[in-house]
Amino acid sequence: MVLVFAESPRGILKKAAFEAVTYGKKTADLLGTSCVALTLGSVKNAGELGVYGASRVLNIADTAFEHFDSQAVAAAIATIAQQNGATVVVLSHTSTGKSIAGRLSVRLNAGLVSGVNSLPAVNGAALHVKKSVFSGKAIAEYQIDSAVKVLSLMGNAVKPEATGAAISVENASAGAKGRIRVKEVKTQEGIVPLPEAEIVVSAGRGMKDPANWGIVEDLATTLHATTACSRPVADSHWRPHHEHVGQTGIAIRPNLYIAIGISGAIQHLAGVNNSKVIVVINKDPEAPFFKAADYGVVGDLFDIVPRLNASFKKFKAGH
Amino acid sequence: MKLLVCISQTPDTTAKVSFKSDGKEFDAAGVQFIMNPYDEWYALVRACELRETLGGSVTALNVGPAANETTIRKALAIGADDAVRINADPQSAGFVAKQIAEYARSQNFDIIFFGKETIDYNGSEVGAMVAEYLDMPYISYASKLDLNGNTATLERDIEGGVEVLEVDLPFVVSAAKGMAEQRIPNMRGIMTARTKPLVEVAPVAFEDAAKAVQFTLPPAKAGVKLIDPENMDELVRLLHEEAKVI
Ligand SMILES: Cc1cc2nc3c(=O)[nH]c(=O)nc-3n(C[C@H](O)[C@H](O)[C@H](O)COP(=O)(O)OP(=O)(O)OC[C@H]3O[C@@H](n4cnc5c(N)ncnc54)[C@H](O)[C@@H]3O)c2cc1C
Repeated sequence: MVLVFAESPRGILKKAAFEAVTYGKKTADLLGTSCVALTLGSVKNAGELGVYGASRVLNIADTAFEHFDSQAVAAAIATIAQQNGATVVVLSHTSTGKSIAGRLSVRLNAGLVSGVNSLPAVNGAALHVKKSVFSGKAIAEYQIDSAVKVLSLMGNAVKPEATGAAISVENASAGAKGRIRVKEVKTQEGIVPLPEAEIVVSAGRGMKDPANWGIVEDLATTLHATTACSRPVADSHWRPHHEHVGQTGIAIRPNLYIAIGISGAIQHLAGVNNSKVIVVINKDPEAPFFKAADYGVVGDLFDIVPRLNASFKKFKAGH
Repeated sequence: MKLLVCISQTPDTTAKVSFKSDGKEFDAAGVQFIMNPYDEWYALVRACELRETLGGSVTALNVGPAANETTIRKALAIGADDAVRINADPQSAGFVAKQIAEYARSQNFDIIFFGKETIDYNGSEVGAMVAEYLDMPYISYASKLDLNGNTATLERDIEGGVEVLEVDLPFVVSAAKGMAEQRIPNMRGIMTARTKPLVEVAPVAFEDAAKAVQFTLPPAKAGVKLIDPENMDELVRLLHEEAKVI
């Protein structure tokens, strides 16, 4: 069977978990087997994983899992995988998944490919999977030959698909032995984190001054988008560091990336070039970003962005 | 304080990426190689800072061929006290992790540092693997690391925020932006790096079950569609009807 670890930061299943279960279900169909989801700690809506294709949902209720420790989590997933004879284990390629994927592959003696972005192809006992490499400049296809395979799924690579119905959750157990003491979790409430955002409005040095960001925020509000920025903008503290996207910042792959006053340097593109659709607004027609863009507007952002916002508002009002 | 920093060598951030042998192999011709930025800027520098305040030693470790010694010498110039090169082609994350773990097992390091990921294979896999081999706690994407006796306080980047945590030595950590500031090696560092010890170690056998078998370049963009700046309604229409993203 295919075992999906459905992560639930602070007790709630989010998009990453629904994507992983959707991926796990489709992989299970390809292999002619079933998809089982595992949740850890107290989880509000675990049964909902049935909607996305899990035929069973297991939960280990141990409160120790409420604080994240990669060692305890990897050990629990490995135990459940072995007890149930999992041949593929699917994780989300998030801060959680990245902390446990390597551990799990060692524990299960499994080949690992992290950050896969499409469904596997089955080739006898082997699986072939693809991921983006060289910071988006190439795609690599991997072959995994081990009996057990571990895959972590890139965010926004598959759409959660509701195909079934909510099911009841079964209790499972596995020891939790962690050594990390979590003291505090600080999150910004009410903002969709960048890696999960479907629409991102991003701005660069072309904004001239942090006081000018109102037009960017207004546009983001209209689109229910998350805001991002280029590195020099974060480095000069015009915007908070968690907004920094690119090679040294966060790598994202939203459906729509709107780049405002950003030149499109190769290190910036490295973090955003997997976006589905890129819109570039820049007054310099030679800006390198236009080469990576789907739609471009050449002109002064201070004039264009407010009018674009007005057009989006008009559209939203009519839909 | 005995610190190990694992450094990877990667193509420069601006390198043009191409492949040879029908897409089976990365084409290194004309490519400039650098130390993986996160390993250099954050992991190595923070390890050197800790050594400077607490004493002890910083060892830089690379799994790679002799050609990587220029990169290793740079780590020594930045401040590592000595270096180890495990003499093997770094074929895969699993292979590299096995080599590092086998070396570190008998050395009693207090902290083993990694960068958050490499900019070539972007896997973020090796640190977690080494932690599992050595049965140590692992903290990934740490943007802050302070030590107080045997206990470390770290901040770890999570989606939309940070987690503050404590852990006792020894542990494995991967470093992200915020942990330290990039250091440019000075003349004295470059001079002393030449005479610092760099030991070559033989690899152990390991067969990774996951292998990259084919590389391709992403499909070229169709080309940008320029929109009349006076007609933003048209851009909205295209995003809705053509691109279908709103
Ligand atoms: C190792 C390394 C790693 C890096 N990592 C990153 C990274 O992770 N992320 C990142 O972003 N950068 C990164 N950089 C920096 C990168 O090379 C660029 O310097 C940076 O992205 C430029 O930011 P920018 O586009 O905001 O500014 P600029 O390059 O200054 O571009 C500003 C743009 O705004 C336009 N503009 C100005 N005024 C207006 C106006 N009124 N209306 C419309 N357009 C206007 C200009 O035409 C210009 O194209 C890295 C660099 C290195 C060396």
